[in-house]
Amino acid sequence: MGVKQLGIVGQSVKRRDGIGHVTGQTQYVDDVFYTNMLWLKMVRSPISRGIIHGIDTSKAEAFPGVVAVITAQDVPNNWYTILCLIGVEPNDEPVLAHEEVMYIGEPICAIVAETEAIAAEAAALVKLDIEELPPVLDLEFAISPDAPAIKKWGNNTFMYDGYTHRKLRFGDFETAIQQADHIIEGTYSLSPIEHAPIETHCCVVKPEPDGRLTVHSNTQALYFTMDNTAIILQVPSQRLHMIGGTVGGGFGGKVDVITEPITCIAAMKTGRPVKWRWTREEEMRKSSTRAGVRMQYTDGVMNDGRIIARKVRSLEDSGAYHRHSPYGVQKHMANLPGPYTIPNVWVDAYCVYTNRQPSSAMRGFGVTEATFAVECQMERIARTLGIDSWEIRLINAYRNGQMRPVRKVVEDATLIETIQAAAELIGYDLPAHLKAMNSDDYAGNGGHHG
Amino acid sequence: MESITVTFKLNGKTTAVAVEPLASLRTVLREHLHLHATKAGCGQGGCGSCTVLVNSEPVLSCLMLAALADGQEVTTLEGIGTPQHMHPLQAAFFDKFAAQCGYCSPGMIVAAKALLDKNPHPTRAEIAEALAGNLCRCTGYVAILDAIEDVVTQMQEA
Repeated sequence: MGVKQLGIVGQSVKRRDGIGHVTGQTQYVDDVFYTNMLWLKMVRSPISRGIIHGIDTSKAEAFPGVVAVITAQDVPNNWYTILCLIGVEPNDEPVLAHEEVMYIGEPICAIVAETEAIAAEAAALVKLDIEELPPVLDLEFAISPDAPAIKKWGNNTFMYDGYTHRKLRFGDFETAIQQADHIIEGTYSLSPIEHAPIETHCCVVKPEPDGRLTVHSNTQALYFTMDNTAIILQVPSQRLHMIGGTVGGGFGGKVDVITEPITCIAAMKTGRPVKWRWTREEEMRKSSTRAGVRMQYTDGVMNDGRIIARKVRSLEDSGAYHRHSPYGVQKHMANLPGPYTIPNVWVDAYCVYTNRQPSSAMRGFGVTEATFAVECQMERIARTLGIDSWEIRLINAYRNGQMRPVRKVVEDATLIETIQAAAELIGYDLPAHLKAMNSDDYAGNGGHHG
Repeated sequence: MESITVTFKLNGKTTAVAVEPLASLRTVLREHLHLHATKAGCGQGGCGSCTVLVNSEPVLSCLMLAALADGQEVTTLEGIGTPQHMHPLQAAFFDKFAAQCGYCSPGMIVAAKALLDKNPHPTRAEIAEALAGNLCRCTGYVAILDAIEDVVTQMQEA
């Protein structure tokens, strides 16, 4: 059947929201204004780690134009529960800090006022009594015995089924590495990356006469946000009328359910519409980032280019709290061996906590980082052995029917064909034996078979 | 602080508005006059999403005091075209997929209009230079440059 017969597939279709975007008529959350609307500003931790002894809001409360001050005791269920529904536990992040602070910028109390300027001025009047503790900021230090445990369960890693890291074991790495012609090592690091959407986080909530809340959100995940906000507010989800779907750039940075619960509480407490929009500084320095990560590879490689053993130790910086990182590290673990057939694999992937702003989702998080490291390592192997960059990948590329380290049999493999097509597109003439390879032919990688 | 009255020509219409002396033009446009096409991205002159025309020159409205607009001619994206009567730049941004999330689009289009009004036949490098102060995080600059080049070509053919 020709593509044309499928109707919309293969056709260029105009964006439904395009005319609104180019004429400035699309309504983003910050474009929502209500009569009588209040503004919210957050008082945040000025230090990386400490114990809260006191939060004195009296001066802020007395400031003309301040309507409400919200602290932890105003939050019905004071836990960010983001991934509790898929078993990422225990809850570790309060909506508003009250016992301890874990990173610079952690929310402590919210000021709700007649104008944004008044809210900001009053926020500066909140007196924090915080006893500073030495922060844990380095990944290797965080998992060393010398580091103070910053998490209540007694160490600085997410616990995967009782282990400090997610383990992947396939074949017999220890024996295979002894048999390899070459041992090739590489360490690859990425710094954290901020999504930096042009539209900062923003939420507007209007309390309705029937008791519902109209929530204008720029979340990337409206129903997920509704569920989590309902859990935090301890209200049935039908009390939340969520309006969303228009996001001025997200890239994973707007799925943490960070603005909606507090803005809802402010609207419930004051009975008036409330807007909370983040400054550029808050977006860059307080919102979650892609995790920084450090990946160490030890590969056993044969003279003909076949990788027969791969060991990876990876430390991913979750920052102060889970957010989406324990899930990200799970994906990370599965992708660290790469799309190659390696019969003996050993992976230790750590989700490490430090006193940094939390890291969370960002476009393929966990996977993209692993791909970066894997392909740098493939290049290193090619150069060390003096084998062509294309050939090293085609030799090791996984074939249909082969077992991957995560115990998934490869189906519908297209890696070889994709590499061949890429070579053709850039006008690179692959040698005949590489052109002849295909995803159902095992001879090319030494007959490795499941 | 006592309000002051600022009178200026906004999208062709004489407009008077009472503002706080230190209010930015962007705040006055968005929050007093409710013209929301002009976007707020950084509030520090870094992203270009609040670009408007003041006397045909592109200006970052977050850095300009509204008071300084007194007696001037201000044009926002609303004054450039509407959904019913799109400016050729808006039509090209729409046709060429030069607006993804759309948040930078108003600033991009306003900056591009300022360029074309002065130089109807810019090179691609001149277009890129004129948009150097406008950040985009998702559409990608190639599609944006393509859309503007398309308008330049249309104008040459017309």
